[in-house]
Amino acid sequence: MNNAKNEKMHEPFVRMVKRDGMSRKKAWLIRGLSIVFALLFCSVVTILLTGQNPIKIYSTMISGAIGTPRRVWLLLQTIAMLLCISLAVTPAFKMRFWNIGAEGQVLIGGLATAACMILIGDKVPAPLLYLFMFLAAIAAGALWALIPALCKAKWGTNETLFTLMMNYVAMQLIRFFIVKWEVPKGSGTIGIINQDSQTGWFPAIGGNLYLLNIIIVFLLCIIMYVYLTYSKQGYEISVVGESENTARYVGINVKKVIIRTMILSGAVCGIAGLLLVGGTNHTIATTTADGRGFTAIMVSWLAKFNPIVMIFTSFLLVFLERGSGEIATVFRLNQAFADIISGIILFFIIGSEFFINYKLIFRHSHKEVK
Amino acid sequence: METFAIELKGVTKTFGSLVANNNVDLSVKKGEILAILGENGSGKTTLMNMISGIYYPDEGHIFINGEEVVIRTPKDAFSHGIGMIHQHFKLVDVFNTVENIVLGLNSGKKYDLSEAKKNIVDISEKYGFVIDPDKKIYEMSVSEKQTVEIVKVLYRGADILILDEPTAVLTPQETEKLFAVLRRMREDGKSIIIITHKMHEVLSISDRVAVLRKGEHIATVETAEASEASLTELMVGKKVKLNIERTEPLNTCVRLSVENISCKNREGITLLDDVSFNVMAGEIFGIAGISGSGQRELLEAIAGLQHIENGSINYLNPKTGETSDLRDHTPIEIREMGVRLSFVPEDRLGMGLVGNMSITDNMMLRSYRRGKSAFIDRKKPHDLADKIISELEVATPDAETPVRRLSGGNVQKVLVGREISSSPALLMAAYPVRGLDINSSYMIYNLLNKQKENGVAVIFVGEDLDVLVELCDRIMVISSGHVSGIVDARSTNKEELGLLMTKAKEQEGSVNE
Repeated sequence: MNNAKNEKMHEPFVRMVKRDGMSRKKAWLIRGLSIVFALLFCSVVTILLTGQNPIKIYSTMISGAIGTPRRVWLLLQTIAMLLCISLAVTPAFKMRFWNIGAEGQVLIGGLATAACMILIGDKVPAPLLYLFMFLAAIAAGALWALIPALCKAKWGTNETLFTLMMNYVAMQLIRFFIVKWEVPKGSGTIGIINQDSQTGWFPAIGGNLYLLNIIIVFLLCIIMYVYLTYSKQGYEISVVGESENTARYVGINVKKVIIRTMILSGAVCGIAGLLLVGGTNHTIATTTADGRGFTAIMVSWLAKFNPIVMIFTSFLLVFLERGSGEIATVFRLNQAFADIISGIILFFIIGSEFFINYKLIFRHSHKEVK
Repeated sequence: METFAIELKGVTKTFGSLVANNNVDLSVKKGEILAILGENGSGKTTLMNMISGIYYPDEGHIFINGEEVVIRTPKDAFSHGIGMIHQHFKLVDVFNTVENIVLGLNSGKKYDLSEAKKNIVDISEKYGFVIDPDKKIYEMSVSEKQTVEIVKVLYRGADILILDEPTAVLTPQETEKLFAVLRRMREDGKSIIIITHKMHEVLSISDRVAVLRKGEHIATVETAEASEASLTELMVGKKVKLNIERTEPLNTCVRLSVENISCKNREGITLLDDVSFNVMAGEIFGIAGISGSGQRELLEAIAGLQHIENGSINYLNPKTGETSDLRDHTPIEIREMGVRLSFVPEDRLGMGLVGNMSITDNMMLRSYRRGKSAFIDRKKPHDLADKIISELEVATPDAETPVRRLSGGNVQKVLVGREISSSPALLMAAYPVRGLDINSSYMIYNLLNKQKENGVAVIFVGEDLDVLVELCDRIMVISSGHVSGIVDARSTNKEELGLLMTKAKEQEGSVNE
């Protein structure tokens, strides 16, 4: 048995064991703890790398995000835009259709909006112009999503590559029209569209320029939640996403669902483009979408495709981004440090899911470790 | 004290709150065949996985030849002479026998394929394997592949072999050959553990039987002193009536008539070749055959999921008396034609149900389209779910539990329950009891029988020939996509079916003799 004792030392140091479900309360406790740990870890990193007081850094972060009413509005507006694009990609991802072309779909929707504002802005009455902007943006976004969907349904092309490539096509189109509509000539930008007349600009509500955007996105969020959870089409999306074979087996026309859902996804992206150009930026550039077409994918997955939860995940990401941007300027640290901080926090939050699904068992101890 | 080849003491393994094995003691002597018997979910495979290094036990000790060992990885298991032959083969299709066997061996030397080949031939001759060292895996039948897996384990010097349900994929004749080889290995002093839940095989091959129930070791008995009834009782924990009450078909008339259908897969390989048969209302029509002989394609063709090259599938509507050809219609069109067809596919969670959805949401799969509203009515499906849960005794916390969390038998009850709930005129069930415990299996048989008595035409694709012979009225045997015979179940026997199952293969001359 002596021999056996020695051998026992070879028991693996740590093993992973899958948990079979955990109470919601406990799961949220773990998620909350992960943020606490992330902040502690960030503090250590901050002290080691910069010698700054981490408490100060955090308070700067918070004030950077919500320090003044203007910042709060900006924060809400940015959340609304990210949420809008996240809502757009969600039906596609729920169907396991990798739409990474939201960027392009937003841009093209924005381009269509800008085109309406520039070309017919002074020719039609305002209500009609808004209608045209709305329809053009939706149609353009939907078309941009429809092309890869049709090719996937017809020839089984890879949607990931296809939607990605459509982003570049959209960008180049915008470059082309920037040259065409340049104001002033030679500046390389379109400038603010209809700066004097403000034709086609979204009206401010109660003096607040962004409120309309925020309300629209909030309504979209609720509509999308109801659509995905309670409608027949939403149910079909879930079935196709979970198992195409099951969908075929019960007679769902998988191709039709793919095409219909992608049109929806593209159309909502088009609305995001509309809100960006008509509501906030009043101009269009290749950077109008600003990578949010990709960040939105993360928002959607983090929320497990639940539109209501997406309000929180988009808040988290925007808060981190704005807050860390502030520390970069206030403490004269470069943007890379801000990215390190938000990277660490995200890593902890996503990593906490592991501890919700698995537990670790260490050698000789059979206690659970969270 | 007698030294055992392998001995387990107090082995416990839990997954979350589920206790897969609880304080299990087990021992295998040298030169012995031990059968492990137990219903699904009784912890047989988990136990074996702990011996072969896939899982690590929470508690307990493993002794090999009297010495305690620690097995952390499959590699550790190999170094202790333990080899496991899994249910699903782990072979590289484009490699031949020899290449597959030496693959992953790292002796520090260069691969010497010719010497390896010589060794493999030696091993084969010693135990009486029939193996072609140069044949590629993709050219092999299932039983040949299994042979390669066994030789692979022996080549690596295993003294303790574990076989996980090795006969599930074999014909009766192939099973006999496998057993002959196993007996020869036993004479050579190897220890063999065989997992199976076919009772007659346990009785014919093993020296001792260890029975597991709900993760616990109930008893180990000498096979010579055991009987089918006594083992079943140990396994289930109570006396079980093991017979199927087969009634004579009443008021039969043709419900489905399949004529000369053929189909090919994408590569142009023939999957179904000129298949014709009739199914009567009020009978259970069995389909037997080695798995992958075209059963799946046949049922899917009838259900409107598989395109066929030629032939026709005629359904006689019992209400209108009209005949409609189902060929090349989609499942929806078939339903709209008034065909009351239910289909329990082989792939339950991949086709029949959506694993991540709740029981209620799975109930709606067939019916959610009803009504003009754009929104879903979850009330009726919920009621149906509750009804099925109580009538079929589905073990689940509630109707909102995702189906994937249920055990195999309960998943099947949900699926069969849903399919029967639409009161079909034609019911197709592919391997409906695969992976189910005895009680659940008999429940399914009874459900099918009840459907038959109600005048439903039932098509039953099965793999256990004993059951087919007992349950069905007529049995069609299919071999490589070809109908090799339709026999009366009351007058046939397993041997006849077994011969029919391999008939076409032998005609083509690619036999594994």
